[in-house]
Amino acid sequence: MTNAYDMGRRQSATVGDSLERQGITRRAFLQYCASIASLMALPAGAAEQLATALAKARRPSVIWLSFQECTGCTESLARAHNPSLESLIFDLISLDYHHTLQAASGEAAEAARDAAMKENAGKYLVVVDGSVPLGNPGYSTIAGIANIDVLRETARDAAAILAVGTCAAYGGLPAAQPNPTGAVAISTLIKDKPIVNIPGCPPIPNVMTGVIAHYLAFGALPELDGLGRPRAFYGETIHDRCYRRPFYDQGKFAETFDDEGARQGWCLFKLGCKGPVAYNACATAKWNGGVSFPIQSGHGCIGCSEPNFWDAGSLYSALSMPASPVTLGAAAAAAGAAAGVAVTFFNRRKKAAAKAGHETTTLDDLEK
Amino acid sequence: MDQLQFLTWVRGPGLNLALLVFVLGVLWRLIEIYGLGRKTDLSAPRHVPGASGWATIARRSLPAPGLLKSSPVTYIGGYIFHVGLAVVVFLFAPHVALVDALVGVTWPALPSQVIDFATVVTMVAMVAVLVDRHVKWAKRFLSTFGDWFAWLLTFLPLLTGWLAVQHLLLPYTLMLALHILSVELLLVCLPFTKLFHAFTSFGSRWFNGTMNGHKGVPV
Repeated sequence: MTNAYDMGRRQSATVGDSLERQGITRRAFLQYCASIASLMALPAGAAEQLATALAKARRPSVIWLSFQECTGCTESLARAHNPSLESLIFDLISLDYHHTLQAASGEAAEAARDAAMKENAGKYLVVVDGSVPLGNPGYSTIAGIANIDVLRETARDAAAILAVGTCAAYGGLPAAQPNPTGAVAISTLIKDKPIVNIPGCPPIPNVMTGVIAHYLAFGALPELDGLGRPRAFYGETIHDRCYRRPFYDQGKFAETFDDEGARQGWCLFKLGCKGPVAYNACATAKWNGGVSFPIQSGHGCIGCSEPNFWDAGSLYSALSMPASPVTLGAAAAAAGAAAGVAVTFFNRRKKAAAKAGHETTTLDDLEK
Repeated sequence: MDQLQFLTWVRGPGLNLALLVFVLGVLWRLIEIYGLGRKTDLSAPRHVPGASGWATIARRSLPAPGLLKSSPVTYIGGYIFHVGLAVVVFLFAPHVALVDALVGVTWPALPSQVIDFATVVTMVAMVAVLVDRHVKWAKRFLSTFGDWFAWLLTFLPLLTGWLAVQHLLLPYTLMLALHILSVELLLVCLPFTKLFHAFTSFGSRWFNGTMNGHKGVPV
């Protein structure tokens, strides 16, 4: 079956063709490549190489699967404030299936997924946002098919899988205690395909497009860390690159959200900032087209790109503070005192028993 | 677990746990020891000058006649490292700040350079008493595992703390985490090793002095 959509797609098989057809200038494209290259800490000359490689790259077919998610990841990608930058994602790839963005619905939508899988077997990318429920297949279905079945079927002939967002990467909110749906991460279910985790709630748009750009330009997935995240974007903590870090080093902390320290822009560590344990590029790449990021807006990092961050205690408790030293100390003192008293009683009873059991020796005993 | 997560753990749950064991252990052992009790001495007390609990506490803080000459390393090294340890632990500004953050009590601190000097001197004194313990056959004969272990428990916080402040050997984050961990190890072990003398030595001296003072013997 050939339709106008397919015709158009084949006519712009490479990224360069597609950009030209859409009237995107080379300047805008180079700007995009330079920003991606700097974000990934590639050498200065890499932007040009990236641009050349990208322009020649064939646009890969991408199937986007949405499971137990909130569409925040798609929002992050689609509602980026700088259309000349993030919208390029749709020119880099051929997005053949995506609930929120595709025009087709019902059977036509599912047919698009089937067609993309058949035409590009072994070559297409699968992007997943949302976790998969194992508790009951009926908790989340698409066209009446359980998430786990859609995932297995679509992943079978995929070149690679991008688990976008903390839900797909680590289970996220659906997997937070008590995890009523038995939600699991994509990497728990798919073991035989390369998986890149791009966590965040949502992830930074540039990071999502950056991973795809890297895959297109260099023909391989970027280097990953122990949690399956691209090192280029998740190699450093927010804390290490935070512009408020000098205040931390000087011991200058905001104690409340409206005290003098907060007005002076001091470190938010004591207000629960999870920057020291959150690996992400927010402090450098920033949000809303590089305008700001949470800490810059006066709120501590909640560590949304870390596994199980929902269950890691209050968002507003400082990381290093002993949970409750006074209460704990009182409890320990009470337990210690109780133990001491108990042992004392035991010792005294032993002494009393020894005294009672003591037999005196008389002169008569010795002369026996 | 990376360096920062390690540091976060030792500063948070690790410190909680160590303090918990420390407080529990200290109270347990103090009550147990003093709860043993002593028989009442029914004899009439003899009053001899210098024969009392307080006098014994003071007297035993000084070397007995002749012993300073025969074991100079034990005495001089011992004085230096005990005083040095107290200075480093209680008068280093970050330590004062920690206590302030935890319980809201604060006092003046010494300049970092003075603390740095005191740390080095304390470590040298500790190494000297260790070597002396190893070299003198009688001391070595009397030493058990507990003695060597207690030395290590005391030395590690000094060494790691000094290395962290000087930014030597390992990255600061990791060294600081190791320093705090070594202190936690010390806190956990203190109530159950001979390091418990920090709490009992003056009490037992007072007990000895009082009992012997009752008999008219200045010890």
